[in-house]
Amino acid sequence: MWKNNHKTDWHQIRPYKVMKAFFLRMYDIYQFFLRFFKEAFIPPYEYKEVMNQFFEVGIRSLSIITLTGFITGLVFTKQSRSSLAEFGATSWLPSLMAIAIVRALAPLVTALIVAGKVGSNIGAELGSMKVTEQIEAMEVSSTNPFKFLVVSRILATTCIVPVLATYMGLVGMLGAFVNVYNNEQTSFTSFFQAAFVRISFVDIGVLVFKSAVYGFTIGFAGCFNGFYAENGTVGVGRAANTSVVVSMFLIFVEEMLIVTLVNNYLK
Amino acid sequence: MAAPTPEITAKKAPAEIDRGTAVIELRGVRKAFGDLQVLKGVDLDVFKGENVVVLGRSGSGKSVLIKIIAGLLRPDQGSVRVLGSEIDSLGPRELRALRSKIGFSFQSSALYDSMNVRANLEFPLVRNKRELTRKEIDEAVVQVLDDVGLSQSLNQMPSELSGGQKKRIGIARTLILHPEIMLYDEPTAGLDPVTSVEINDLIREVQQRYNTSAVIITHDLTCARSTGDRVIMLSEGCFLRQGSFDEVFESADPRIQHFYTYNFITKA
Repeated sequence: MWKNNHKTDWHQIRPYKVMKAFFLRMYDIYQFFLRFFKEAFIPPYEYKEVMNQFFEVGIRSLSIITLTGFITGLVFTKQSRSSLAEFGATSWLPSLMAIAIVRALAPLVTALIVAGKVGSNIGAELGSMKVTEQIEAMEVSSTNPFKFLVVSRILATTCIVPVLATYMGLVGMLGAFVNVYNNEQTSFTSFFQAAFVRISFVDIGVLVFKSAVYGFTIGFAGCFNGFYAENGTVGVGRAANTSVVVSMFLIFVEEMLIVTLVNNYLK
Repeated sequence: MAAPTPEITAKKAPAEIDRGTAVIELRGVRKAFGDLQVLKGVDLDVFKGENVVVLGRSGSGKSVLIKIIAGLLRPDQGSVRVLGSEIDSLGPRELRALRSKIGFSFQSSALYDSMNVRANLEFPLVRNKRELTRKEIDEAVVQVLDDVGLSQSLNQMPSELSGGQKKRIGIARTLILHPEIMLYDEPTAGLDPVTSVEINDLIREVQQRYNTSAVIITHDLTCARSTGDRVIMLSEGCFLRQGSFDEVFESADPRIQHFYTYNFITKA
């Protein structure tokens, strides 16, 4: 009779290793998430570093947000014009643009830009601090590196992305106005009166809420990947890259979930 | 005319070692990473005022040993007592309080790239001694920079400093909290011989001026001879031999002799 004398070593099988690594990673993310909320509310607070990060995330992203916001509004209006013109409905452009920008474009485009600019920066900065032992140096000088580096950055992205998204919405509307003015010579006041007719407080609230969620995601992904970077300079590059890819992917997933929830429960 | 020969060994400090008070006590410490057993049951006592050098080849577990002492790594087995506290039983707050009494000089210096020298030095001070005024902080920074001989570097960024200067600033950053224990991880690695001698001198000066005990991890025999009151040879996770520098290298153990020979040093 055939007898199996070879005991299977599950630990050496590749799918087992992959699954184990995946669940360990999930556990690390869960621990990191819990630790953030714990450290964020327990004093002492790193006010100075939080303000510093507000500046880094906010002021330094302002120019690119202004430029992309204006171009987005302008181009989107230009592209929508021909379709509406077929039905003689170009007068709907202001309200169409307001809906598109406030409900989708402003938070989404802002989050994607901040993910590319700030998320990668956070991942690379923390990653390089990790591989050059700077995080350990903070720890041995009896400073809490998690509070100083992670909490301050996640708070900054969570608070500043909604501000940037609101600002981008206004700049985007300005871009839309420029296009409408060039074609129909609509006045500034008439354009904005028509634009905000179909925008409610729920829309503004959802814009702020989902931008905050995106901001948290960007900060969290950047900090997590940077904080656990390893393998020298290769690890730093990987941390920066993973931060951007993961946060962009999650932003789209969150967009889908939030839009579904809002349409089902708030409309 | 021939150039003057640099001083090879640092001035021996008349260190007052209190052999009745152990500031670091390790008992049966074991540490493995996966299947690799790095430390295989290490016992160590470091006494008050004593500089202990742990010598060994790369990968022998030296850095793991001091990271365990600093509480950055947890041992798999064994106990670690530092300044009377069992590291394993401490919560995060108690551990941070204990760490304010331990200075750790990293091999890479680990200066914060985004901060200048002043901010690097202030960093541990403002977080651990919140009661200090601006004037007191400034005075402490100037004093500690003066002690490491770099008072002119106050506003420089780490990228503008040489390797030796980075080491000094790294040591200054730990000294600013007036630690009772100093841990040096490869203090002379990557430095030229003259700068190495200067760092060795500095380690002795720190011992005298700040009355510290120290564990110095190195594979540099000149550093070991000049800075250590006691030298311990670590090989494959075990202590092979300990004593004065000469006592250790009198051993006929081929692993010790091999290490000595490859450091290109002749016995005095």
